[in-house]
Amino acid sequence: MSTHSSRFAARLMVAPSVALLLIWMIVPLVMTIYYSFRLYRLVSPDRTGWTGFTNYTWFFKSSDFWLAMGNTLALVGGVLAITVVLGIAIALLIDQPVKGQGVLRILVIAPFFVMPPVAASILENLFMHPQNGLFAAVSIYFGSDPILYMQDYPMWSVIGIVSWEWLPFATLILLTSLQSMSSEQLEAAEMDGASALSRFRYIILPHMMRAITVVILIQTIFLLGIFGEIFTTTQGGPGSASTTLPYLIFKQAIVAKDIGRAAAGGIIAVVLANIVAIFLMRGIGKHLDA
Amino acid sequence: MGKIVLNRVNKSFGDVAVIPGIDLEIENGEFVVFVGPSGCGKSTLLRLIAGLEDTSSGRIEIDGKDATTLPPAKRGLAMVFQSYALYPHMSVKKNIGFPLKMAGMDAAEAEKRIANAARILNLTNYLDRRPGQLSGGQRQRVAIGRAIVREPAAFLFDEPLSNLDAALRVSMRQEITELHQTLKTTMIYVTHDQVEAMTMADKIVVLNAGNIEQVGSPLELYHRPANLFVAGFIGSPKMNLIDGAEAMKHNATTIGIRPEHLDVRADGPWQGIVGLAEHLGSDTFLKVTVEGLGTLTVRATGEVSLRHGDRIGLSPQLERLHRFGADGKALA
Ligand SMILES: Nc1ncnc2c1ncn2[C@@H]1O[C@H](COP(=O)(O)OP(=O)(O)OP(=O)(O)O)[C@@H](O)[C@H]1O
Ligand SMILES: [Mg+2]
Repeated sequence: MSTHSSRFAARLMVAPSVALLLIWMIVPLVMTIYYSFRLYRLVSPDRTGWTGFTNYTWFFKSSDFWLAMGNTLALVGGVLAITVVLGIAIALLIDQPVKGQGVLRILVIAPFFVMPPVAASILENLFMHPQNGLFAAVSIYFGSDPILYMQDYPMWSVIGIVSWEWLPFATLILLTSLQSMSSEQLEAAEMDGASALSRFRYIILPHMMRAITVVILIQTIFLLGIFGEIFTTTQGGPGSASTTLPYLIFKQAIVAKDIGRAAAGGIIAVVLANIVAIFLMRGIGKHLDA
Repeated sequence: MGKIVLNRVNKSFGDVAVIPGIDLEIENGEFVVFVGPSGCGKSTLLRLIAGLEDTSSGRIEIDGKDATTLPPAKRGLAMVFQSYALYPHMSVKKNIGFPLKMAGMDAAEAEKRIANAARILNLTNYLDRRPGQLSGGQRQRVAIGRAIVREPAAFLFDEPLSNLDAALRVSMRQEITELHQTLKTTMIYVTHDQVEAMTMADKIVVLNAGNIEQVGSPLELYHRPANLFVAGFIGSPKMNLIDGAEAMKHNATTIGIRPEHLDVRADGPWQGIVGLAEHLGSDTFLKVTVEGLGTLTVRATGEVSLRHGDRIGLSPQLERLHRFGADGKALA
């Protein structure tokens, strides 16, 4: 399959789709770059002319931008940490032989099929709501005031909601990896005198490393763009306390109606995503090699 | 050091008694081989001794101490698995050193033991490789290395050579035998390969459906099989078993004669027709159909110029004849 001519034929045949994908990607990117250097405000009549880097410098000078950067990284990091740690724990648990294993697994996977805004609304209104929420009921039962999640801990609330959504995905991938663990390896480790903890640390965890890497990479891609959950719950507030980069761009485009500035924000987000990707591939990409 | 005693050991999965009840003594330093047909419970018995399965009832003693409920790590045994079960993400050195690390041994001493094991097993040049970069035989040696560094009371092998090709199997067989002579540690070895059992064992335990059929040295089993099962199982090609009138002449329900104990003689008492002749060079295996007795296998030494359809006479070496009673047990 790797003679000279077969390679050439293969390239020829994938060429149309590669070209299409390239156009698909390049055109919006170039347009965004173009707008990011233009003065283009929907509310003012003045929509023409180049503005140089002012759209960009506005971001770097704005304190909201740095807050949003921090929030974005906190969201990605927080959700990754929670889903990977809890995902491993739950995968270990539901890998045990128990009655009703099939149903249990479907239940664990279920939240993943709920649409993001719906999931956020469920969490906000049924769990975190200060009057109707389950958490409030628990607080009151123990004699303390209900916690005002969206007001006092907006970023933590968003992280919690997004984690709830992504935990099933992480669990599923990690469980699959756990099930491919050779039982003889575990038995050999047991014979070698490894305690349950050592078996996890030296045998199971290294075996799961590739799956963990996949979870981290895929989730990072999606988490960098989280928007719906914030829009339906905190609206980026109070103030800008839970504004992330995508939400900040949304505010510039739709609320402030400044297309040029939003485009510049978009380009900054693309650059940020690439920086994160480089660090991730440097740090954990080696686990993807066989 | 490594004396293992099984006392009425029973193992059931659900209500299937895989091992109804086994009594067995394994002396210190012995090389014991478990043989038996597939599914007879060899692996299960080994795993019971290792502690990887719990006994349903009965008692396992190691070194005179009750080990029935001890976890595997506390029994002081080392096991080599059929699939090697090496840790793929660790180098050969770390694989071999893993049990020492788990035992909390200090690095210098561990280093010495690893180097020693690597030297014995010819692995010194491969210490930094991963298991994935080794050949089957080398992986097997790493698995053995991981077992010997701990200086266990006994080694347990579960069909360790079955994934290797024929030539490598022969050389690994010799290596394990030599290892046993060097270390003088008890070894329990599971196989369904007769040749391995006959060549390696001090003592063979023949298992059938979870029961011990006979325990003895290889030659004892060959010369004096205790029952029909052992008679048919040990020896290759299989012993010819004959019942009916011919057996009655010898006051037995069944008589058995090994292929190598049938002489080809024109005036032999059993006249038959050669069906198939397999020429191996050193030996010739003949399938001879004898009227009233069925098809007998004959092992003739050297090259014999007999062909399909030839008429020959067979003469059994009477002192080598095995006699069995109605219950399948050997008659004195
Ligand atoms: N976990 C289990 N649950 C139920 N039955 C089992 C289990 N493990 C083994 N058995 C049964 O126990 C019997 C003995 O199995 P075992 O693996 O000991 O056979 P074996 O002698 O090692 O065979 P082989 O030569 O094929 O490896 C088999 O009939 C098998 O189906
Ligand atoms: Mg087996």
